[in-house]
Amino acid sequence: MSAALSDLWPFLVLITVGFLPNEIWRVLGLVLARGLNEDSQVVMWSRAVATATLAGVIAKLLLFSSGSLAAIPLSVRLGAAAIGFVAFLVAKRSVFVGVAIGEVVLLAGGYLFAN
Amino acid sequence: MAGSLTFDSSSAAFFGGVRAAFLSVFFLVLAGTYVGLGALAHDFGLSIFWLTLSTLLVWAAPAQVILISGIGTGAALIEVALAITLSAIRLFPMVVALLPLVRTRDTRLRDLILPTHFTSVSMWVESLRLLPMLAPERRAAFCNGLSVGYMGAAVGFGFVGYYLAAGLPPLLAATLLFLTPLSFLISTARNARMMMDRLALGLGLALGALLTILHVDFDLMWAGIGGGTLAYVVHRVREAAT
Repeated sequence: MSAALSDLWPFLVLITVGFLPNEIWRVLGLVLARGLNEDSQVVMWSRAVATATLAGVIAKLLLFSSGSLAAIPLSVRLGAAAIGFVAFLVAKRSVFVGVAIGEVVLLAGGYLFAN
Repeated sequence: MAGSLTFDSSSAAFFGGVRAAFLSVFFLVLAGTYVGLGALAHDFGLSIFWLTLSTLLVWAAPAQVILISGIGTGAALIEVALAITLSAIRLFPMVVALLPLVRTRDTRLRDLILPTHFTSVSMWVESLRLLPMLAPERRAAFCNGLSVGYMGAAVGFGFVGYYLAAGLPPLLAATLLFLTPLSFLISTARNARMMMDRLALGLGLALGALLTILHVDFDLMWAGIGGGTLAYVVHRVREAAT
């Protein structure tokens, strides 16, 4: 690969693999917005698929972490996520409390058990 | 509450939207998510310009995570594109539900292009909550201001994460990277009010983990379609039973 192409490559990927496959659903929504409402069955199903896909991303990021996070043991990562989640439930569904507690647990666990 | 947000002009509505963005809880979620994304992009050797452009063009944190980690780990690009398009399906019903709120009788199609592109989880949830309080002719401007506020914050926090990750000790860099899955998990759980959404979240986590461990091809696609459809079917069966 030439130097110019390898510089442009990430941007080409951004447009073709990132932007277009993502934007198409917004454009379809704009085009087909008439006639569908939030409670229609197609809309309900796609919301469930979207939520499950996002959950799959979360599981993947937690199990197969990259970079510096990979140096934190898996048990600490999963434990911190679980404790953060419980804290979120206990704190009347406060996202802020859940994230803060989860991060503190990761920091402490990483400090004590880092590979 | 109707009419409790009144603006004299479209520009006042726009800046009212920006202000609403900075005051909402999603500002913190975006901070966490995009600091994490900045750190991730840095880790995988992408430039800050690339990250900023991806925020402006893609404007969907899950898709950006898939894209950045896909490029970084050298995944097959067709699989990355598929995972992104699957993660983006949710944008379709959001746009469909949002536009009737933004539109008036005089609205031209091109006035809807920006609100359409700006549609994302944070903007959508806040728009559906706040727009009914505004006069219809101010809603598009408010909605655009809200989105510009969120997007500006996302770009700014992307910079913060990118440059923090460069100079941070590994343990702190790890906590930044951890912000992405953690804030996704918790904000998705917060948005999951219905049993179907909670079931989809749980099944997606379980299937996503299982398929990833088994190294199944297109794991995200199967986790999404399988977990989502199962949650939807359970929801339909329960509805039919009552």
